[in-house]
Amino acid sequence: MELFAQLLVNGLIAGAIYALAAVGYNMVYGALKFINFAHGSVAMVGAYIVLALALSGLHLHLVFAFCLSMVLTALLGVFIERVAYRPLRRAPKLAPLTTAVAASFVLDAAVMIIFGADIKTFNLPARRGFQIGPVYITPVQCIIIVASLFFMACLYFLLTHTKLGKAIRAVADDISLAEISGMNSDLIISVVFAIGSALAAASGALIGMDANLQPTMGFIITVKAFAAVVLGGLGNVYGAIVGGYLIGIAENLGVWYIPPVWKDTIAYGILILMLLWRPAGIFGKEETRATVL
Amino acid sequence: MPSELSLVVHLLVIITIYGILSIALNLIMGVTGLFNIGHAAFYGIGAYTSALLAKAGVPWFFAMLAGVFLAGLIAFVTGIPTLRLVGDYLAVVTMGLGEIARAVFKNWISLTRGPMGLPGIPHASLLGFKFDTAEKFLLLGVISLLLVYIIAERLLHSPFGRVLKGIREDETAVEALGKNTYRFKIWALIIGSGMAGLAGSLFAHYITFIDPSSFVMWLTFFIFLIIMLGGPGNNLGAIVATVVFVSLREGLRFISLPEWLNPAALQQLLFGVLLIITTIFVPRGFIPERKVTYRRHQDHAES
Repeated sequence: MELFAQLLVNGLIAGAIYALAAVGYNMVYGALKFINFAHGSVAMVGAYIVLALALSGLHLHLVFAFCLSMVLTALLGVFIERVAYRPLRRAPKLAPLTTAVAASFVLDAAVMIIFGADIKTFNLPARRGFQIGPVYITPVQCIIIVASLFFMACLYFLLTHTKLGKAIRAVADDISLAEISGMNSDLIISVVFAIGSALAAASGALIGMDANLQPTMGFIITVKAFAAVVLGGLGNVYGAIVGGYLIGIAENLGVWYIPPVWKDTIAYGILILMLLWRPAGIFGKEETRATVL
Repeated sequence: MPSELSLVVHLLVIITIYGILSIALNLIMGVTGLFNIGHAAFYGIGAYTSALLAKAGVPWFFAMLAGVFLAGLIAFVTGIPTLRLVGDYLAVVTMGLGEIARAVFKNWISLTRGPMGLPGIPHASLLGFKFDTAEKFLLLGVISLLLVYIIAERLLHSPFGRVLKGIREDETAVEALGKNTYRFKIWALIIGSGMAGLAGSLFAHYITFIDPSSFVMWLTFFIFLIIMLGGPGNNLGAIVATVVFVSLREGLRFISLPEWLNPAALQQLLFGVLLIITTIFVPRGFIPERKVTYRRHQDHAES
């Protein structure tokens, strides 16, 4: 029972991070109806930017480095969209998927050249964890949960209570109708990429703080975020959050039954089972078009 | 120290193996328009199946057939849930499959010896003839490549191939003509993956050593690049691009780089940028697929 509680909490922590990554993924899917394969690599770059700002050379305060990295990564996301996706918006679907995969390889390679291919850590001061009932939790993990909830709340407020959020939802719903209504869809898509990439940077950096950093981590984030998105329903932002938590919990509870080296394959297994059983996801409606909100 | 001639022969053997991989992925991606990121997994399944069976004493030809069959079977299983859905799903599931396959190669140590790899794979032999040198193996490679090329070309110009191209251009239209596009797509995936399995078997029995690092997603991406630059849907373009890029990749190894520059990462960076530029500016590749035009029927033209 104690082990169960501990694994559940570990799952919630992992889930909080996946949910952040999945939300950004899903917003882009909502707006452009294409899978942004570079999303995980963008998250990885965000994590390395935090590392560069906080540790090597500049020695910025970690919180400041974190926020600055979100801004810089947002710009990177907008840049990638502008260069690699926008020229192909009316091309066959294979084309933007191809450039997205290529972009993810370019980002991985660039990080490998600049930082090296080996595992890096944030060297956070080891602090004593708290014992809450049977569960042991470190301060970093508390920060992860709080930060994740904070970003989700901000996103919720943005999407439901601001004019910009309304515009984002309109573009996701029907891009041509949004354009006819006088919205600048290019600008809104850029904003979507900025928000999605900033959230990705946050999730990448949090993963880096909880575990470690590696140039190949982006790929794993991409697949897990996608599994979360499919589980919750493609294009449904809240579904992505629930999906992220479910994947995180399933992975960590799975370690109870199977050796930990197979942990990463659980997400793929869930993904494939879900596609067989209910491809529209838990919250997606069958037959109808998935929309944001 | 290998002589220059044997380096050329080695290069040619690798080109035949990659040529098969390119034609296979061209059938799936270039012709049918299915976004398959797990090509390297099918290549690896073919290699491991064939290598393990041959090490257990099965003759190469049958071990190879088993590899081809298993790759095709797994393609079939992958296709069932994904090919009924929008193309995006196939992309991510094959991506996941690639990782599952790699995890199996790496972690099922009692079978695959994990990261240590499988050494001592017997050389390929057929009807008592052993392909135990690079020169002899080149013969086998060229024959296999020719065979795969002829099969792919025959398929492409058959009614089956025309349906596949139709699916790429407009799946709804093909469906409206009464074709079961799901079955056509699944066959394209099975045939292409089986060919990748064949390439894997050839690779295993040529190098006689395999480990998980030979079957990473980067390989799939490399074949992508070959197809996009060669001209999607054009087998000849795929082969020409294979010759160019495999030579280029092997040639890049001889350029001395500064200590801090990781050559694999540099290659990945350059090829990635090249792929983005090509997809945007030369979407039909450098040797584009020939447009098929059918003579219009006289009475059709009038009506």
